[in-house]
Amino acid sequence: MSTERIVGVGAGTKDLATEDMTLNIGPQHPSTHGVLRLRITLDGERITAAEPIIGYMHRGAEKLFEVRDYRQIIVLANRHDWLSAFASELGVVLAVERMLGMEVPVRAVWARTLLAELNRVLNHLMFLGSYPLEVGAITPIFYSFREREQVQRVMEEISGGRLHYMFNRVGGLKEELPAGWLGRVTDAVAAVRHGVGDIDRLIRGNEIFRARTRGVGVLTREQIEQYGVSGPIARASGVDFDLRRDEPYLAYGELQDVLRVVTRTEGDCLARFECLLDQVHASLDLADACVARLKELPPGPINVRLPKVLKVPEGHTYAWTENPLGINGYYLVSHGEKTPWRLKLRSASFNNIQVLREMLPGHLVADMIAILGSMFFVVGDIDK
Amino acid sequence: MHGYYGTYLTVVVLFAIGAAIVGGAFLANRALRPHRPTPEKLTTYECGVDPVGEGWAQSYVRYYVFAYLYVVFAVDAVFLFPWATVFSAKGYGYVTLGEMFVFLAFIAAGLAYAWKKGVLGWV
Amino acid sequence: MSETHVLAEGATLNSFGHDPWWIIGLKALVVFVFLLLTVLITVWAERRIIGRMQLRPGPNRAGPFGILQALFDGIKGALKEDIVPRGVDKVVFFLAPILAAAPAMVSFSVIPWGGVVSIGGHKTPLQLADLPVAVLLPLAMASIGVYGFVLAGWSSMSPYALLGGLRSSAQVISYEIAMGLSFVAVFLFSGTLSTSEIVAAQAHGTAFKVAGMTLHTPSWYAVLLLPSFIIYIFTMMGESGRIPFDLPEGEGELVAGYHTEYSSLKFMMFYLAEYVNMTTLSALCTTLFLGGYRAPWPITWFWSGANSGWWPVLWFLIKIWMFTFFFIWLRAALPRVRYDQLMKLGWKVLIPVSLGWILFVSVVRALRNEHHDVGPIMIVAAIIVVLLLIASFLWERVSASEAQPEEAEAAAEQDPMAGGFPVPPLDAPHYHGVGNGRAPNSAEATRA
Repeated sequence: MSTERIVGVGAGTKDLATEDMTLNIGPQHPSTHGVLRLRITLDGERITAAEPIIGYMHRGAEKLFEVRDYRQIIVLANRHDWLSAFASELGVVLAVERMLGMEVPVRAVWARTLLAELNRVLNHLMFLGSYPLEVGAITPIFYSFREREQVQRVMEEISGGRLHYMFNRVGGLKEELPAGWLGRVTDAVAAVRHGVGDIDRLIRGNEIFRARTRGVGVLTREQIEQYGVSGPIARASGVDFDLRRDEPYLAYGELQDVLRVVTRTEGDCLARFECLLDQVHASLDLADACVARLKELPPGPINVRLPKVLKVPEGHTYAWTENPLGINGYYLVSHGEKTPWRLKLRSASFNNIQVLREMLPGHLVADMIAILGSMFFVVGDIDK
Repeated sequence: MHGYYGTYLTVVVLFAIGAAIVGGAFLANRALRPHRPTPEKLTTYECGVDPVGEGWAQSYVRYYVFAYLYVVFAVDAVFLFPWATVFSAKGYGYVTLGEMFVFLAFIAAGLAYAWKKGVLGWV
Repeated sequence: MSETHVLAEGATLNSFGHDPWWIIGLKALVVFVFLLLTVLITVWAERRIIGRMQLRPGPNRAGPFGILQALFDGIKGALKEDIVPRGVDKVVFFLAPILAAAPAMVSFSVIPWGGVVSIGGHKTPLQLADLPVAVLLPLAMASIGVYGFVLAGWSSMSPYALLGGLRSSAQVISYEIAMGLSFVAVFLFSGTLSTSEIVAAQAHGTAFKVAGMTLHTPSWYAVLLLPSFIIYIFTMMGESGRIPFDLPEGEGELVAGYHTEYSSLKFMMFYLAEYVNMTTLSALCTTLFLGGYRAPWPITWFWSGANSGWWPVLWFLIKIWMFTFFFIWLRAALPRVRYDQLMKLGWKVLIPVSLGWILFVSVVRALRNEHHDVGPIMIVAAIIVVLLLIASFLWERVSASEAQPEEAEAAAEQDPMAGGFPVPPLDAPHYHGVGNGRAPNSAEATRA
């Protein structure tokens, strides 16, 4: 708003006291995917301040954990991030197994890895469809849902659920894999690999899409480190940190030659989108590797028999996993009861969304939508 | 109905039919629609938050520059139209062309000035 | 202009103003019915076509192929409760949708949808009205339609509506200038602003001599004046306010833009205005660039009767539907541009290019009038254009590659996993957060 710019046409405007306009984006707004609220102060159409106001969907998950036994907790744990249900279950059972010193059957480990990667594909496909929708392209979401359906089908076959799988158990998985299921997974993976190409061609090379996302909403390394941003968003800014590689859990330790950590350096919306897109391919490769390994493994149990009352010895542990949206951690403190004394949940979206306060100011309202969409969050994961 | 103004009259007739259709639609709408206002329904949409203040704030609107530019350019464009229609007729040669070049140069200068001042970009 | 008298069945300005009042009334009614029907069919077609493009069937329940869906939706929408929020300016709030819809309809009155036919013994052109300045009418009506959007936004007393209204006004007026300029070249060649005569002028290409051979220029201005045509296509998308230029109602950012607060019939009016505008803009484009209602070239070649009687209405409809399909196709395929990108395209690309093109066309035209050989000029101009294109392409490449690197290296010198937990750097300079306590030493935090 320098005088230089408005000379000749805006004489006198400076003397008028102009208030900044306050705009509420949410809680009921088409582009917040739920009930996130952003209070935004506008100068014209440029954002001068942004404040994410969260908590509209707070369900007291952590408090509820304290009055549920360890089997029941899994049900709750897969609900905060409804797009990464399997991965969220995983953190809980990993924590409990570690506290119990339990050895999980090798087939269960590989099957969990496979399911975690399929879950990641499902999650990413969702955002690959919804993000173009934010910037006005209405078609890609249907293509991404077509691909989701392929994976969803095999997930449904094995677990009976399409969103909240509830397939993890302390000590393994709920049931044996159905006969022929691995073959169907291979088919689904191949189909998705082919179909993702459609989304790729439809949107990645689009001039308008690139113009709207390139150089917009750049997240720096410092901001990421200060706010604890993680997952594909962090990797798009060149923060090369992925628990699957840096602190392998499940079978990732043995998959290091297949595991490819997708990173970008630009840190803008386009980089975040591309990270997600490439990560789908990386996950599909991992899924294929898991299937190959599962086929080779000799038959054996897929879970361990648990006592009727499952008590976890006194102590504490922190189990974290690389969820689709970032680091998901459970800090489990047990006093030897059948319920945890405290189960702290560190969810990815909660941290990822806080950085909006620093990212948004200086951008246009239209950019806000592009940025918000590229931050890939799930409101339940923010509000827990 | 005849003559030069006759064609304008048809436009008026079209207007009259349009007004009748619109008026009829609104009357029918009024007669048939339900009407059950509640205080919540009558608040302005604010994304689910109760609106604070009047919904109006005095803010610096940048679009007005475009309105000015539009007035300038739209008027200029209108001058181009009659010139374009007679241009190719007999008796108008290079002089007419030169005149219009001068005129277009003025417009282009105006555009260049606005460009230079940065008002064409987004503020 | 000189060749118009040969076309017995083509209308000229003189064909107007001789109709009895009932034919005028009938034609006006037909225009309305046609527009309303077209809107219904367009809405249905759009949903079916986009459905196809999106791997789903689209509406297929109401009537055969779901064709009644749009009608039922319209009736249902119009009979909804009409909510007028407390704070609005009631009079303006009521007038705005009418102001948006009415001009869109009026524009269509100058569009010729056929040649001269005989109705009840009267010879009459299939066009409601033609004025010596007919093309100005759609331009003027588009300007009036803007008031509808602005006032709707202003009277709603909602920030979303206000911003949406302002955006749409800025957008429409910006694109209208380029649209007006894209017409100038057409007028230069047709020598008239009357729509029926512009159609007549595209009946036959004019002949000119290049290197001893007599060549006929293509008769459609879309071919002859391709840059004008392309500019018009852009401005047409901008004026109609549809994807990729649907910013006024960009549902993502401004919810529904200027019609956020509207419901019931008033909302339907805005909806109607959008689709009528689409039809009118397509019809205008057909008239100015695609030879209007006249049959396309290969048909006239083997069928001389193609332009007589009621046949032209068919050609006209086919041409309009081509554009409508184009609109629908773009909507399925493209994302939305950002506001400043839209303005940049309008003011920094379309307007300067239009001005340059007008200069070029008028020079060529003047030289030809003076019987100069324009062949060399054409060649030189083509070379210049190609050079400019290459230069701009290279320039973009260079500027893009310059912008690329920079922060490629921000090496991982810090161990993010110090102590087994991720540790943020504690004293980085630009942390703007509220002065809350930083995470204490993670080693201690583990001992809960």
